[in-house]
Amino acid sequence: MLRDADRIFTNLYGQQDWGLEGARKRGDWDGTKELIAKGRDWIVEQVKASDLRGRGGAGFSTGMKWSFMPKKSDGRPHYLVVNADEGEPGTCKDRDILRHDPHKLIEGCLLTCVGIGAHAAYIYIRGEFYGEWSNMQRAIDQAYDAGLVGKNACGTGYDFDIYLHRGAGAYICGEETALIESLEGKKGQPRLKPPFPAFCGLYGCPTTVNNVETIAVVPAILRRGGAWFAALGRPKNTGTKIFCISGHVNNPCNVEEEMGIPLKELIERHAGGVRGGWDNLLAVIPGGSSMPVLPKSICDTVLMDFDSLRDVKSALGTAAVIVMDKSTDIIRAFARLAAFYKHESCGQCTPCREGTGWMYRMLTRMQKGEATQADIDMLDDVTKQIEGHTICAFGDGAAWPVMGFLRHFRPEIEKRIAARTQRAAAE
Amino acid sequence: MPKLKVDGIEVEVPPGATVLQACEAVGVEVPRFCYHEKLSIAGNCRMCLVEMEKSPKPIASCAMPAADNMVIKTDTPMVKKARNGVMEFLLINHPLDCPICDQGGECDLQDQAMAYGRDHSRYGEGKRAVKDKNMGPLVKTIMTRCIHCTRCIRFANEIAGVEELGATGRGEDMEITTYLEKALDSELSANIIDLCPVGALTSKPYAFNARPWELRKTESIDVMDALGSNIRIDTRGAEVMRVLPRLNEAVNEEWISDKTRFACDGLKRQRLDRPYVRRQGKLVEATWDEAFLAIRQRLAGVAGGRVAAIAGDLACAESMVALKDLMAALESPHIDCRQDGAKLGAGVRAGYVFNTTIAGIEQADAILLIGTNPRWEAPLVNARIRKRYLAGGLKVGVIGESLDLTYKHQHLGAGPDTLTELAAGRHGFAEVLRSARHPMLIVGQGALARPDGAAVLSAARALAETFGMIKEGWNGFNVLHTAAARVGGLDLGLVPAEGGRDVAGILEGASTGAIEVVFLLGADEIDMSRLGGTFVIYQGHHGDAGAHRADVILPGAAYTEKNATYVNTEGRVQIARIATFPPGEAREDWKILRALSDVIGRKLPYDTLADVRKRLAQVNPVFARAEALAPAVWTGFGTAGSMTSQPFASPVRNFYMTDPISRASKTMAECTEVFVKAKQSAGKTGTHG
Repeated sequence: MLRDADRIFTNLYGQQDWGLEGARKRGDWDGTKELIAKGRDWIVEQVKASDLRGRGGAGFSTGMKWSFMPKKSDGRPHYLVVNADEGEPGTCKDRDILRHDPHKLIEGCLLTCVGIGAHAAYIYIRGEFYGEWSNMQRAIDQAYDAGLVGKNACGTGYDFDIYLHRGAGAYICGEETALIESLEGKKGQPRLKPPFPAFCGLYGCPTTVNNVETIAVVPAILRRGGAWFAALGRPKNTGTKIFCISGHVNNPCNVEEEMGIPLKELIERHAGGVRGGWDNLLAVIPGGSSMPVLPKSICDTVLMDFDSLRDVKSALGTAAVIVMDKSTDIIRAFARLAAFYKHESCGQCTPCREGTGWMYRMLTRMQKGEATQADIDMLDDVTKQIEGHTICAFGDGAAWPVMGFLRHFRPEIEKRIAARTQRAAAE
Repeated sequence: MPKLKVDGIEVEVPPGATVLQACEAVGVEVPRFCYHEKLSIAGNCRMCLVEMEKSPKPIASCAMPAADNMVIKTDTPMVKKARNGVMEFLLINHPLDCPICDQGGECDLQDQAMAYGRDHSRYGEGKRAVKDKNMGPLVKTIMTRCIHCTRCIRFANEIAGVEELGATGRGEDMEITTYLEKALDSELSANIIDLCPVGALTSKPYAFNARPWELRKTESIDVMDALGSNIRIDTRGAEVMRVLPRLNEAVNEEWISDKTRFACDGLKRQRLDRPYVRRQGKLVEATWDEAFLAIRQRLAGVAGGRVAAIAGDLACAESMVALKDLMAALESPHIDCRQDGAKLGAGVRAGYVFNTTIAGIEQADAILLIGTNPRWEAPLVNARIRKRYLAGGLKVGVIGESLDLTYKHQHLGAGPDTLTELAAGRHGFAEVLRSARHPMLIVGQGALARPDGAAVLSAARALAETFGMIKEGWNGFNVLHTAAARVGGLDLGLVPAEGGRDVAGILEGASTGAIEVVFLLGADEIDMSRLGGTFVIYQGHHGDAGAHRADVILPGAAYTEKNATYVNTEGRVQIARIATFPPGEAREDWKILRALSDVIGRKLPYDTLADVRKRLAQVNPVFARAEALAPAVWTGFGTAGSMTSQPFASPVRNFYMTDPISRASKTMAECTEVFVKAKQSAGKTGTHG
């Protein structure tokens, strides 16, 4: 259980003023100048020491990502791009940061930019987030007016500009290189890697792309020290994390908790428990819709962090916990998810473009029981033909939920098929 | 030089090479659809996946730069599974309508499905159907077959420079489209047919005409412009079915213009397939003997000084040397190969060829275009300039018409006045030329085929020398021709001999009666009405302007019907090969001249093609070395004079119709309708006309 003293997002629920004054009361923008004065290397060292892992889904070490940026500019400017295109089904954590605590993000942008040698940050915000965009823009204006950003930011002599850009509602634009393409005004399609953004990103310049939550925790880490952050959670899975609990729970909510909290405790303590009690639980998707589903037997004991979930062949992802109780038609649920991925595939590369539609169509048939045993094997085969063969991680993200579903709920499909065969025979 | 291992074989590749190129270097074939050497890398078909040691996932070999100590495997179960998977995905929404598909037999998807496909489909769901798009009169679309490799989009954006193709929609709803359902406005548009690895984009004029295995393929040379694009002529029986590009990095890379590709249907129309003789004002069919006899009778007693000859734009070197020898035998000094009246001399080769060479454009860093529209006069020269432009750091200045050249350029002025200003250093672009390391200029026929053409040529030469375009290892002075025959004609010296008349003089003499007999060797671009009452002998292959005026018609062979030598604008000697026989009574051109010479008692001293070629090399040694290209020596040419201030204008007013073949072509007529006339009438409203 996270102590209140260790809480980073103290206005997660928007009960206080989100503006500059409120933010200052919560301790934001306190001593930012001194933090910057400690220099670029110190910032990166602290973040490395904190063992912070990216909060956008992949869980890559943030300090390491920053250290990929060239130490010295070759003439090209460096950029920070903040991924605020939160579109993963089940996820709504960045949204609360953007609307209730925008100054945490702005301060984080400034400090990160010092850390990677950038003088400009771009925040790519999901187009549907109108209110969040409005708050964010006003917060940026406040920061400019107060001299916290802009020329000579915080009186440090460091020039720093921050731009807010609205997306137009494509899930794929949350993929970092597609986001960069979109930001450049092109069609949102992922780029080939290499070259990686740290070498050739936005406008062909070295770029770091980070999630909103990742950047927003940076000021706290620098203020309280990397060691403090690293002491929370478990080794390699440190710090606090905002969990988004949705679905069949009594009290769906966003909550900041320590990494490594048991899933059961998370749901029972913060979300009021599963509808109808823990025994009524069918399955949980632990990290947003792209991550493999877990059946109740695993949910009983699993811890919510990167490595624990990896050990049960799932992943923490964005820590968006989607709870499904026994009233769920789980085949239909996954057919619906497949429809989402079919709709959002960018269409650039073959396996994802063709495979997502195929999976969706098969699952739709299976939902009605119109399938054979061989179809289930074929579906499994198709997921493996997509996984790892695409340009970006979208293909994996579309295949994993179906793989996890087949791993744990194959008997459900078999039952459905048998029932239909019986019905047909009776008629 | 990165050193890596492919399937256990060590290989060293140049820096910047991809894993796919490394695989090819050791002879390992990697299947691919989207990758194309001349286009940017898309990496989207995923067919070229290979295994790389220490990488958990297979990598796209087309996009991965080769690096030191990489260990690549292309024959593992992982690779096989990945490729089979991709192939299956490509086929699930493909209509599999190979029996009615024009790509059948030369389809990448078909070929690779043989290696990586299954014997049956596991896909039982409904297939995608996509609405066909209108891409104009040349490209037929069956978009359901599309596999979204985006080669066509990349070609249009990168090589052709027209951003009119793109993909709309997302996921499996993605569609390749021209956005506005309008024809692709490029002279190179049909190259996307060759690029398309499936049957989504096929040739409209060639639709349902033939299967590739029925065709006989002849490697030849194109004559639709002065570039001498390397082509392959596909024939079935006596019919030319289609023309395709052939790779020649020095000339056309692997593209050809739409005219080169599609004017071939003009070879079947308006053909002269037997001799004609004019009797009582009407052309009547005749035998060869009758035609030759009519000429002998008319020539009898006429002094050589009253006979003249003009060689046309499509004439081959063999026929031109025969014509020249014949005129010499007749003791006539009046011979010219410059139908358009271009003021180019025959002596100094550097003064009339494209010295920099087409491939040399890629080294230039400043280009000055004088009175030329390369986009229409030589689309592939234009594409080369664009290629150089995309590489960065190229500055282009244009003197002449203001045009859309597909690359950024500075319009300096319209006529010779700007040339004078530039030479005096009074123009801003002078500094660009001065500071360039490899500056070049291109003079078009629009600047030379005018009364003050000689002065313009001389001014251009002065400009080249002033701005350091001529130096050790670099010659930036270039003449861009529009006629395939021109450089060959000048090389052979088909210009008036001492006291002879040029084209203007011949026409002048014809109208006053000083010239009695005119021999037109495929010359159709002169003003026939000025020939007056002269006796006109027309030798050629199409019933065009010349044949209409002729008194005797000798039916010749078109470029696909003879073994012939052409010299392109660079001065590159290239050999065209016979793909079909001339129709009816028509014959190879040098043979006609040889036979005629016998009848009129001035027998030419060659009986075989080898003899004629020997004679060619005798007249000018460049003909002894086909394909080779030696730099021309820079010596004096051109005569300074005063220039008028009349603006330069390109001689090509309609790209699709420039010669008798393209004028007879139905496809080119359609293109003229769609691309040229529509533009001329642009701006008019529905109530006009």
